[in-house]
Amino acid sequence: MTRLRGKALLLAAVFLAGCAPYAVLEPQGQSAGSIAGLLHLFMWVCMVIWVAVVAALAYAALKRPTPAAGSPLQSAAEFDGKANWIVGSFVALTVAILAVLTLSSYLAGKTIADITGTETVTIHVTGYQWWWDVEYEDTRPDRTIYTANELHVPVGEAVKIKLDAGDVIHSIWVPSLFGKRDLIPGQHNELTFIAEKPGVYRGQCAEFCGFQHAHMGFTIVAEPRPAFDEWRREQLAQAAIPAALEQQQGRDVFLSRGCGLCHTVRGTDAGGRVAPDLTHVASRQTLAAGTLRMTMTDLARWISDPQAIKPGTKMPKADLDERELDAVVAYVGSLK
Amino acid sequence: MQFWLPTVFLVAIYRGQKSDAAMMRAIMLLALLVAPASCQREERDLTGSVPEKPAAGIEQSVLHPGDGNNPAPARSKYEETAFDVAEGKRLFQWFNCSGCHFNGGGGIGPALMDDKWFYGSSIENIVATIKEGRPNGMPSFKGLVPEKEVWQLAAYVRSVGGFVAKDVAPSRNDDLNAAPAENRAPTPSPFNGKGP
Ligand code: HEC
Ligand code: HEC
Ligand SMILES: [Cu+2]
Repeated sequence: MTRLRGKALLLAAVFLAGCAPYAVLEPQGQSAGSIAGLLHLFMWVCMVIWVAVVAALAYAALKRPTPAAGSPLQSAAEFDGKANWIVGSFVALTVAILAVLTLSSYLAGKTIADITGTETVTIHVTGYQWWWDVEYEDTRPDRTIYTANELHVPVGEAVKIKLDAGDVIHSIWVPSLFGKRDLIPGQHNELTFIAEKPGVYRGQCAEFCGFQHAHMGFTIVAEPRPAFDEWRREQLAQAAIPAALEQQQGRDVFLSRGCGLCHTVRGTDAGGRVAPDLTHVASRQTLAAGTLRMTMTDLARWISDPQAIKPGTKMPKADLDERELDAVVAYVGSLK
Repeated sequence: MQFWLPTVFLVAIYRGQKSDAAMMRAIMLLALLVAPASCQREERDLTGSVPEKPAAGIEQSVLHPGDGNNPAPARSKYEETAFDVAEGKRLFQWFNCSGCHFNGGGGIGPALMDDKWFYGSSIENIVATIKEGRPNGMPSFKGLVPEKEVWQLAAYVRSVGGFVAKDVAPSRNDDLNAAPAENRAPTPSPFNGKGP
């Protein structure tokens, strides 16, 4: 019995640990903080009310009926007065509680909205089935960054995300940083948030969008300003020139076997705009919208048969022989 | 399937004239039979490339001066699943076929929605066109596009021409489009009188 309970506890602990990167209750940003505060307030107030109501109900249900003295109609006037008083005060209490909750919800909404317009970085995110296209806007076009599935943001600064969808409705959600906001074809949405602590936060599409909706995640890396600027500079650069022979062969495979029809690798002839920009793909932490980790093995697994990993994904399985596959994996893995 | 369901219904009506209860029972039975049929429209093949080996002699077009005994090409499974045709429609834009053929109306490349086929209208002919290219400006996509995707593209080109069943051809686009949807394309009538 105790062994069973121990196992159950262990299992619960394991499941709860799974929640860690999605911690709603462990906010790391201002917006998520306001939302979590609101959650706590509502939870405690509603809990107290619930306990009081259940207690009153139990009391009324379990109380022994007092035998009526004389006719029940006799004391009606007296009883009415008492009832009016009780009902009246509970109505007043209800109104007061609702007012407090409404006000706190308004204030939380205002805190979230107030940072709009103070942003230092603007990122344009477009949702596709089933990955996120990312563009860092800049007044100078030659300083615009194109990447995918991973956002870097400076800690403590307001960041604006402009949201669009390329096919169906998606929704962006990073529980530790901000609430959900939909990406809708033909409708432009925005959100502004501040990451308060450095860290790697996991995000997820929160609107069912087809086959691989569950595999449409992304990461936000919050880092101090100097590290962010450094990352930005690196992303601006063109793709690394392959050094090793195998990588050079891989580049030829990449260009001659159709990868470039869909993907862009800046600095080469590959200029497709319908799939993630791969110029610095190996510098990301995950692969295929948070589905795999960025390791050479997982890269090989993905390129050799994406349909086995994300059935229905819009990247076809390429007809490559073993040698071509090894070469192209070596090349893509070198795109730091 | 298409034939025996109405048959059941007719039998039911015939029997129903004898008794109301039998009629009710027959209708219930029909509903039970029809309901599961609506659950699945088709099987989607999500595995990687499954190359379909083209039959021998596919380089011929309908206009080919042969002995006239070319067997009618068997329908490819790619033009019988709405999913594959829809994937072909997406790839037609992604691989920029639309850059030359526009949405089938033609421009730099010839129209794909009319009755004229320089290189044949069968799916095997179209596959060959895409893979090998054609001399007057159609680039070869051999090696660039995996085999399965070539077949999906060819199936879509067939639907632009109106060769594909209406319940398989893609329906209206979400955005504005000058041409009618593929599933509303008129059925072609090749001038040699033979069906596609
Ligand atoms: C038909 C268009 C298409 C072709 C051709 C194509 N890809 Fe992709 N690729 C995609 C799409 C779409 C995704 C995003 C898939 C997803 O996450 O669901 C992707 C994702 C990737 C990723 C992961 C990117 C990331 O940000 O995690 C890599 C790496 C990749 N492709 C490499 C290749 C290589 C190498 C080839 C050539 C053998 C190739 N692709 C051919 C469409 C294509
Ligand atoms: C650079 C422009 C260009 C692109 C891109 C292009 N085509 Fe073509 N296509 C042509 C031209 C020009 C012809 C006519 C060739 C000829 O008459 O020899 C043609 C012919 C064809 C034909 C044969 C038509 C007939 O009457 O027999 C088909 C089918 C076709 N293209 C499909 C495609 C598909 C599918 C794609 C995308 C994978 C594509 N084309 C991309 C220019 C293009
Ligand atoms: Cu989704």
